[in-house]
Amino acid sequence: MNRIGVFVCHCGSNIAAAVDVKQVAEALGREQNVVFSAEYQYMCSENGQKLIKNAVKENALTGIVVCSCSPRMHEATFRKTASEAGINPYMVEIANIREQCSWVHKDITAATSKAIILGRAAIAKVRFNEPLTVGESGVTKRALVIGGGIAGIQTALDIADAGYKVDIVEKKPTIGGKMAQLDKTFPTLDCAACILTPKMVEAARHENIKLYTYSEVEEVKGYVGNFSVKIRKKARYVRENLCSGCGACALKCPSRNSGNEFNTGLDKRGAIYIPFAQAIPNIPVIDAEHCIKFRTGKCGLCQMNCAAQAIDFSQKDEIIEEKYGAIVAATGFDIINLDKFGEYGYKTYPDVVTSLEFERIMNAAGPTKGHLERPSDGRQPKTLVFVQCVGSRDTSGRGKEYCSKICCMYTAKHAMLTREKYPDTDVYVFYIDVRAPGKNFDEFYRRAAEQYGVHYIKGMVGKIYDDGNGNLMVRGSDIIANEQLTIKADMVILAAAAKPDDSARSLGTMLTASMDTNDFFTEAHPKLRPVESPTAGVFLSGFCQGPKDIPETVAQAGAAAVKVIGLLSKDRLKSNPCVARSDSLICSGCSNCEKVCPFGAITYADARVNDGTGMETRRVAVVNEAVCHGCGACAAACPSGAMDLMGFTSKQIFAEVDAVCR
Amino acid sequence: MVYDYYPGCTLKSKASRFDISAVKAAEALGAEMREIPEWQCCGGVYPMACDEIAHRLPSVRALNEAKNNGRDLLTVCSACYHVLKSVNYDMKNSMDVRSKTNSYLEYEKEYKGETRVVHYLEMLRDDIGFDAVSEKVVNPLKELKIAPYYGCLILRPSKIIGFDDAENPVTMENFIKALGGDPVVYPFRNECCGGYAVAEDKAIAEKKSREIIECAKKHGADMMITACPLCMYNLKKYADIPIKYFTEILCEALGIEADGE
Amino acid sequence: MTEYDLSLEAIRMSGVYPERCMKCGKCSGACPSYGEMEYHPHQFVDMISKGRIKELMESDSIYKCLSCFVCVERCPRNVFPANIVEAVRTLSERRQGADRISPDTLTEFIDGDTPQQLLMAVMRKYSK
Repeated sequence: MNRIGVFVCHCGSNIAAAVDVKQVAEALGREQNVVFSAEYQYMCSENGQKLIKNAVKENALTGIVVCSCSPRMHEATFRKTASEAGINPYMVEIANIREQCSWVHKDITAATSKAIILGRAAIAKVRFNEPLTVGESGVTKRALVIGGGIAGIQTALDIADAGYKVDIVEKKPTIGGKMAQLDKTFPTLDCAACILTPKMVEAARHENIKLYTYSEVEEVKGYVGNFSVKIRKKARYVRENLCSGCGACALKCPSRNSGNEFNTGLDKRGAIYIPFAQAIPNIPVIDAEHCIKFRTGKCGLCQMNCAAQAIDFSQKDEIIEEKYGAIVAATGFDIINLDKFGEYGYKTYPDVVTSLEFERIMNAAGPTKGHLERPSDGRQPKTLVFVQCVGSRDTSGRGKEYCSKICCMYTAKHAMLTREKYPDTDVYVFYIDVRAPGKNFDEFYRRAAEQYGVHYIKGMVGKIYDDGNGNLMVRGSDIIANEQLTIKADMVILAAAAKPDDSARSLGTMLTASMDTNDFFTEAHPKLRPVESPTAGVFLSGFCQGPKDIPETVAQAGAAAVKVIGLLSKDRLKSNPCVARSDSLICSGCSNCEKVCPFGAITYADARVNDGTGMETRRVAVVNEAVCHGCGACAAACPSGAMDLMGFTSKQIFAEVDAVCR
Repeated sequence: MVYDYYPGCTLKSKASRFDISAVKAAEALGAEMREIPEWQCCGGVYPMACDEIAHRLPSVRALNEAKNNGRDLLTVCSACYHVLKSVNYDMKNSMDVRSKTNSYLEYEKEYKGETRVVHYLEMLRDDIGFDAVSEKVVNPLKELKIAPYYGCLILRPSKIIGFDDAENPVTMENFIKALGGDPVVYPFRNECCGGYAVAEDKAIAEKKSREIIECAKKHGADMMITACPLCMYNLKKYADIPIKYFTEILCEALGIEADGE
Repeated sequence: MTEYDLSLEAIRMSGVYPERCMKCGKCSGACPSYGEMEYHPHQFVDMISKGRIKELMESDSIYKCLSCFVCVERCPRNVFPANIVEAVRTLSERRQGADRISPDTLTEFIDGDTPQQLLMAVMRKYSK
């Protein structure tokens, strides 16, 4: 038998000024099953809570309805009150008569009758409330960071420094990511390697960090606090425990046909190689596709020249299984393929390069040892044209609709560095808008224009062609001068749009982490939860969540680490009991719920059921309560009514609707 | 292989050698071009304004004829190809154009852009295959550096025309290679020759055509080929190297005699 | 019709949303007829969306567009500048007595090689 208590709050004058609270309390007191009804100035205050507790005890209440502010404000408060009074906290219902009533209405009579209706609905619902128990699960005190660029390294270091174990999985043979390829960094022009490599070394040496380089995540199972992950450690064909990193193998390798990825293909590397001098780990890898030994069975020069006998052509991929409490996606970015932008002649002319290629050309450790030499003939270019927004802010289907955010600044950097090192050059930048909103950013860009004499042209390049004499002709518009101009250039640098790394999409599927149409991971809330995925236990760091420069990436990496630390510091995780539950007697096994679940919380299992005609085995939906967020999508999609959401059952909702419509 | 053939007006007069060479070469390659009866001029230029319904009707009539015959509609002229393909695109994608044209033409069955419009070069490339063309070559165009001139209409807008990559096309280059020739890749192969503007402004046609010819020559061309009679008209005036229709060199390579204006 | 309404009519005829333009100027950077035009492709897009069609209609620029579709091909925002130029020209020619070239004056440019295609194009582009 239900014994319901109603508690109407004045909220000072917040409610009482627009709603006749006395009348509400009296009207609701006459409702069926209501055995107690009262109003009070501040129900959330200590005295207010005492009033509730006493009423529970004196009237042997089984359910509580509080007519007050939004449940977002004080539902937790009143649940705790109920619990202290000795009844299940999920026997409390809130009727929101503040945000949804008193704050939006002026007419007291109308507002009062609306408050009564809202109260009646809550009473109707609480009649069908069932006591619910909060579940608990343990937490594996180890985090996984996927991606070993600056984002992943920073996140891992921060987690490790807080005393938790963390593994980094990096698909390339070394950590460092894109930042390792950069020359200088804007807006301070400090050398990227000088500030990155100490962090790489620290990550490698940290007692709490384990590196899995040349490895990829292959499978993710489980849920927040209890992920189990399979990592494929690809065969390097070099035994890491024996290799001393002397590099003799790479020197002796006779194969020289592979494009050197680290130098964006501007020079060649051997089939066995260490990506760059400061690579971590400093262990070579054999590119089997180009290795003569793998292709023909003959060669093995590297093996003969390895004093440590570390070369092992028979090495196989290894699958590592590990458990984690939290996972951080830090998969970074890449630049788009420029095949669809034939008008810029990127594929046709070797002296039309991307900005990333230009980074390598300007880098002292790059293919030209930092001398500005154009790829076609090694001559120092005198006239350089930079083109911004190549594929960014493009809705034509050829590029990306978003602003890549970093191009304006790195272009200013490139232009400035070129003018500084080579004062005899003419440097032009075609821009649509210069976007420089960071700290000291606009000052930096203006310095390029004002002090370094970089010619900024507001307009866009329409076509790049050769004049038949080895010169690049850049035809573009200067909108401010209202003219079309053709610049005879020696080299053109394209600011190609940045995009999430290709590995992000499949990782997103494995993690059941939502992504936008551009394959950026979506955050749980764009303002208030920017480093968390909506999937519990999955966090986001760096460019994989949206375009970011280095300072922003490092800031977000730290923020993601804090969220991971907060999670790992808990011994037990409490789960929300308002989750979906499937009735195996009614479930027809249609899979509708599985398809709509955004969190991968529903699986199918064989269950022994007896629907009165005898025992039989049926394929039925099973909800993993630790993974379920209680969104209710499955309950709405279920055609048979087998799926229901605890705390919000169909029965409860219909009772509310009936009460409102009565 | 049988195609419904839409020759267009220029191929039946000033560019008859374009028409004759195309038909003869196709025959030699096992393709029959069946000229559709009572075809009307496409208008030479695509009516870009959405409300120009009457100017779209000749194209729709040809397209519907091919649909009723159950065949692809083949063209040789770039301009006809551009107009037919653009109108076909409208019939497929614009509810407004489709309903207005159909209600005017009072077809029993609505025409909804079903017909495949094929350019002769597409027939060679996709249906016959350049390899098969190559096998039939008896006089390879050896030691001839040929610059293909695409112009505008066969390429753009690529989203609607879809003939080839509009910035770096390769179809004509591969065609030349199939005939044993040496294609010249030059950046102005997709620049405009001045087009119809020649009618009132000869200077612009001269300027644009000369730029294209100079560019082709600078990149080593001995000869240029085109698929458009208007391009031919503009280029020929200022060229000091031969300009031919692509079907003419096809006939030469296949050892076929084809005369005409 | 007010100038503003006329502009709206041109936009309707073009089937284009000029507001999509982000004013990058790529169309004018690519246009082969730029040097011949008083108003350039990006200005057509800008002025039409501001309702300034009269200046465009009165300008020779509407006859300088070659309909080569380079601006359409390369526009990063799907604006179709050529369609706007064409709409302004069409509107201009639909006015009484506004034909640029009439069948009577056709002979002025015809020579022995003139392809029929050109005659047709001229009738379409320079008259009602």
